[in-house]
Amino acid sequence: MADTILVVVEQREGKLNRVSWETIAAGQAISAQTGWTLEAAVVGSGIATIAGEVAAKKVAKVYDVESARLEPYTPDAFAYALKEFLEKHPAKLVLMPHTYQVRDFVPQLATTLQTTAISDVIGYKYESGKLSFTRQMFQGKFVADVSFAGSGPCFVTFQNGSFRADKVEAGATAAPVETVHVEIPDGVVRNHPQEVFKEAKQAVDLTQAEIIVSVGRGIKEQQNIELAKQLADALGGELAASRPICDNGWLPMDRQIGSSGQTVAPKLYLALGISGAIQHIVGMKGARSIVAINKDSEAPIFEISDYAVVGDLFDIVPPLIEEVKKARA
Amino acid sequence: MKILVCMKQVPQKDAPLKLNEAGTWIREDVSYEVNEPDAFALEEALRQKEKHKGEVVVITAGPARASQVLREALAKGADRAIHLEDQAFVGLDAYNTARAIAEAIKDEKFDLIFTGLQSDDYGYAQTGVILAQILGLPHATIIMAIEKTEAGIRVKRELEAGFFQFVDMPVPAVLTIQSGINKLRYATLIGIKQAKTKPVRKVTLAEVQSAIGGNLQKIERLYVPQKSKNTEFLEGPPAEVAKKLVEKLKNELRVI
Repeated sequence: MADTILVVVEQREGKLNRVSWETIAAGQAISAQTGWTLEAAVVGSGIATIAGEVAAKKVAKVYDVESARLEPYTPDAFAYALKEFLEKHPAKLVLMPHTYQVRDFVPQLATTLQTTAISDVIGYKYESGKLSFTRQMFQGKFVADVSFAGSGPCFVTFQNGSFRADKVEAGATAAPVETVHVEIPDGVVRNHPQEVFKEAKQAVDLTQAEIIVSVGRGIKEQQNIELAKQLADALGGELAASRPICDNGWLPMDRQIGSSGQTVAPKLYLALGISGAIQHIVGMKGARSIVAINKDSEAPIFEISDYAVVGDLFDIVPPLIEEVKKARA
Repeated sequence: MKILVCMKQVPQKDAPLKLNEAGTWIREDVSYEVNEPDAFALEEALRQKEKHKGEVVVITAGPARASQVLREALAKGADRAIHLEDQAFVGLDAYNTARAIAEAIKDEKFDLIFTGLQSDDYGYAQTGVILAQILGLPHATIIMAIEKTEAGIRVKRELEAGFFQFVDMPVPAVLTIQSGINKLRYATLIGIKQAKTKPVRKVTLAEVQSAIGGNLQKIERLYVPQKSKNTEFLEGPPAEVAKKLVEKLKNELRVI
C-alpha cells in the first residue's frame, strides 16, 4: 500500500469547519514525522472552491470527490463514494474530524472495507517506526494509546480542539486538484433527509458571556438550580449546564454546553458538580480559566481546572456567594 | 414491531477506577450500571411497543455480572433477553462486538434495532452503525424521536450546535439513541417479579467464535492523562475555601 495519509475534510454549504483545519494540521504533523505523503479530499457536490482553498495548504494533492447524490448528506452516499475512491487511491491512514456527520458514516465505510476507525482521538505517538493514537476512555478518566492491527486503511477521527487550526502550514505553491466523479447507482441511498432546522431561536448566546456558572449532575435536584443561579448573579455571569440537566428539563436546552450544545470560551468557567465527560469538555475547554467544585477527587474536570475544590457544592456555594457579594460591594 | 435493544454494562459514573497491573485495562472489582444512552434506547423501545404492539428483546455481551442489565430491562417491560456470556466480550473492539451480536441474532428478524449512541467505557460510538452494515440495514445516528410512517419510519437526528434534521427511512433499520429522548421509567414491583419468569437465552463465546476475528484495534497502554494545567487545590473548611477562591477570582484570574 502506498504510504499516503489522506485527510477527508468536512464542508457544509461550501464552508469547512474549524475541526477540518485542525485535522489537516494533524495530518501535516504526522506526515512530517513519518515522511508519508499527505493528500486531502473534499467530498460533496459543486465544491471545487473548497478544494482550491485546501490546495493552498501544504499538501501534495487535493481530490475533489463529486457526485450530485452527495448532497444532501447521507451515510450511504458518503460511505459508497469514499469506498470507491479509496479502492482506486489507496491510503495507509485516513484522517477525519470527529463530527456528528463523520460518526454517522465512518463506521459504515470502515466496515465495507473490512477495517476499523480509531475514533475521537486527541493525539498520536510515533515511536520506533510505530504509530499509535491517543484517545480518552471511561469518560476521560483514562487515556489509551491504541494501535492499528489490520491491513488498512486505518481510519482515525480527531476530537475538536486536539490540534490547532492556526498551525496549518501554507504550501509553497498551490497543490494540484484532481476532480473525481463518482457514480452512485440508484438504490444505494436508502435514507431521505429533510431540511436541517433549529428547534427554537437561541434565546441565550452563551458564547459572548465572560463568566459562566455551569451545573452538572451534582446539583441533584431541580430546586437546587436556584443556588447556582444566585452564584451566577452575584458574579454577573450566565447560568449554563451539562447535558443531563437540560435532558431533565431543569434548564432550557439553549443553556447546554458541550458537543450537542454551545461551545464557549469565557474568562471564567465555574463548574459545579460537573464530572467533565468528554462531550461536555469539548464545549468549554477553551475557557481562559476554569474553576471546578466537585466531591469526586478523580473527576476529569479537575484535569483541566486552574483552581479545584474537592467537596460538597452545597457546603461551599452558599459562603462563596456571600464572599463574592462582599468582594463586589 | 419487533425491536432489539443492544445494552451494555459499564462502570458506575462515580466509581473510582483503578488500573490493572499490566496497565491495559481497569481492575474489574468496581460497581457497574447500565450504560446511560442504552437505558434511553430501552425506554424508547418500550414506548414504541406500547404504541404499535410487538416485542422488545434485549441483548448484552459481557461476563455473568452483565446479566443484571438484562434483569433490569426485563423488569421494566422487555419480553426476553439474549446474553452473550463470556469475560472475553469485554475486550472485543466495536467491529467484533457487532459481528458477535449479528451472529447471535441471525435466526431472528427485527423491525428495529436500537443501541445507545455510545458507551461510557470505550466511547467508540460505532457498534450500532457497524451492526447495521453487517446486517445490510440502513441506519441513522443520535436519534431524538421516532415516528412510524406508511413507508417505514421518520426519525429526528440531532446535529451539532442545536440543529436537528428529520430523516425518512425504510425498516428494518438500526438507530443509535441519544440520552434524553424520553423520560426513563422505573421498574415496578410486579415487573421485577415477572422478570424472573421471562426467558433469557445464553450464547457462549464458542457459538459466535467463527463470526469474529482478531481485534483490529489494540490498547497498548491505558493510563491517567497527563495534566495540561497546574491545578491548585483549595482546601479547608467551606467558609475558608470560599474566601480563598474569591481571592483567586479577584487577584489571579481578575474576573471580580
